[in-house]
Amino acid sequence: MITEPAPGLVTAATGPNSTVLSVRGLTVDYLTDGAPVRACDDVSFTLRRGEILGVAGESGSGKSTLITALTRLQRPPAVTTEGSIEFHSRDGSVDLVSLSASELRALRWTSLAIVLQSAMDALNPVMRIGAQFVDVLRSHDKGLGRKDAWARASELLGMVGISADRVRSYPHELSGGMRQRASIALALACGPELVVMDEPTTAVDVVMQRQILAQVLRLRRELGFSVVFVTHDLSLLLELADRIAIMYAGRIVEIDTAHSLYANPRHPYTRGLRDSFPPLRSPLRRLSGIPGSPPDLRNPPAGCAFHPRCPDRFEGCDQERPLLVDGVACRLHQSGENRA
Amino acid sequence: MKRRWAFLLRRLGFYLAAAAAAIGLNFLLPRLMPGDPSSAIVEELERVSGQQVPAETLMSIRAIFGNPSDNLAQQFVDYLQQLSHFDLGVSVVNFPVPVADLVWQALPWTLLLVGTTTVVAFAIGTLLGVIAGWKAGSRFDAVLTPLTTFLSSVPYFWVALLALWVFGFILGWTPLSGGYDADLAQGFSFAYAVSVLHHGVLPAATIVFSAFGGWLLGMRNMTVTTVREDYVLLAQAKGLSTARVMFRYAARNAMLPSFTGFAMALGGVVGGALLTEIVFSYPGIGYLLYEALQKRDYPMMQGVFLLITLAVLLANLVADLAYVVLDPRIRERG
Repeated sequence: MITEPAPGLVTAATGPNSTVLSVRGLTVDYLTDGAPVRACDDVSFTLRRGEILGVAGESGSGKSTLITALTRLQRPPAVTTEGSIEFHSRDGSVDLVSLSASELRALRWTSLAIVLQSAMDALNPVMRIGAQFVDVLRSHDKGLGRKDAWARASELLGMVGISADRVRSYPHELSGGMRQRASIALALACGPELVVMDEPTTAVDVVMQRQILAQVLRLRRELGFSVVFVTHDLSLLLELADRIAIMYAGRIVEIDTAHSLYANPRHPYTRGLRDSFPPLRSPLRRLSGIPGSPPDLRNPPAGCAFHPRCPDRFEGCDQERPLLVDGVACRLHQSGENRA
Repeated sequence: MKRRWAFLLRRLGFYLAAAAAAIGLNFLLPRLMPGDPSSAIVEELERVSGQQVPAETLMSIRAIFGNPSDNLAQQFVDYLQQLSHFDLGVSVVNFPVPVADLVWQALPWTLLLVGTTTVVAFAIGTLLGVIAGWKAGSRFDAVLTPLTTFLSSVPYFWVALLALWVFGFILGWTPLSGGYDADLAQGFSFAYAVSVLHHGVLPAATIVFSAFGGWLLGMRNMTVTTVREDYVLLAQAKGLSTARVMFRYAARNAMLPSFTGFAMALGGVVGGALLTEIVFSYPGIGYLLYEALQKRDYPMMQGVFLLITLAVLLANLVADLAYVVLDPRIRERG
């Protein structure tokens, strides 16, 4: 069982429930020859210290765009056009959107780390595993000797259950699960406050997936970092995340604690997602999918982007776009004055 | 570890077999052609003197250049015996200087000129290629890449002749031909070294000029694809310096295909730069081969061909071995 109650996930210096990340109105466009394609639209959320926020959505819902925008790893033609990403690190608060390249580099890995989807592709194939720890350790801690850095690399690998002699292996000499755990250990090398994880368990089998998630929870408890965990697998998030944000067509349509999102989904899309996989520990329920497919972002539908597929749509849904109010962006749950 | 040795032994076996085949072909080809060196010399003598060659002269010529009526197996055994003492026969044109001596004299010139320029062209082309590919579409890339495409499609002999005409003839900055000043004693004197450099700079510059573009384009295109790899993205996320991400992560992987080409080029160095050496009358292997071809000096050609073949095989072997070091994944696949 990897579910556990949200404990006192608190680092002493910063106090309980302090915010580590607050994203406001984040909008990312892909600049094309024609009109720009809006892949993230007015995304806002906050993340508390030590919290795991899950972000779920179908392919093309803007999850990956959100990740590259959060970590400032986006490449042209993606451009953050609006919004702010306030990051409250140990060394003070900064807006990641407007940070200069050198300020950003100082923050990278020591405060802000990332785990990519496929560890096979994310590790340099011609460098030993250990060397890929050593270079980042030494570049952020100039005083660290080569020998100590290698020792630290072995120690970090040990933390995710990889034996120390593997530190001299090349990535292709490790199994898929080991590689994925190694890249999690790598992300934790410099003691980050925030780790962004992009579907880190998609490429491994379910048994390994459980082990990895259990390790993430244990390490989070020990080290107190916060996590933004992006995946298309809502069932996985229900067991891992403290809170979950559901994305659809570049927007957050619902954000709530994992428990209430599962027990009481308010947005019809969230309900559709929940009902499309079998529950593990509750009475059997009839499974249903969501008819139709996600909208073409080059030409999004007017009003609520979900309305063409929504079973509960009513008059006005195809014209008015609901804003995220009180954790849900749906006209079913909004009184007149809240509507946009 | 064990697997790595098995891999090396397999490669070594392959190259030994290839070398044996090369030696066999090198022996066989001239003998399959009509005519032979002995008859050629006899004919030449008869043409010059206008009378029949005496029987004893014929005998001694055949003793030196081989008797075409001997059986092939016996000839092959003789040939192998000669080879085992590095005896490549006697040059017909420069009779009676042994081919091996001529090759031995020409080899350092070629290695110096073509070897240096191959390395320099590779280094310049690869470095510029990484920079151009790192930011594909930047101004640097947008200017340099098409320009290089243009330059590398200009025929080499034209570049060489033009350079010789401008710098050697009109401006008079460099000598018009040769590899050193014939008035100076050969040896390790300062004046001699300067004259070698002075003679070598123009041929070297033209080779580098024509060759770096190919490396640049190859490296640029590989870098463009490598930069999109996740491990480069992760290296950036790690906050490493741009230079480190660019060279240790992107270029290090992007250069693997280029490296094979480089090793082959190094093997080709021994063959000399034929056009360069002809245009600049440079005393290297290429010029030797050119003379041999012009004057139908079969033993000479055979010797040079054998040398080139073996050098290319050796370069390939070295490339294979180095690849094992450069790309750890190769060791597994063998």
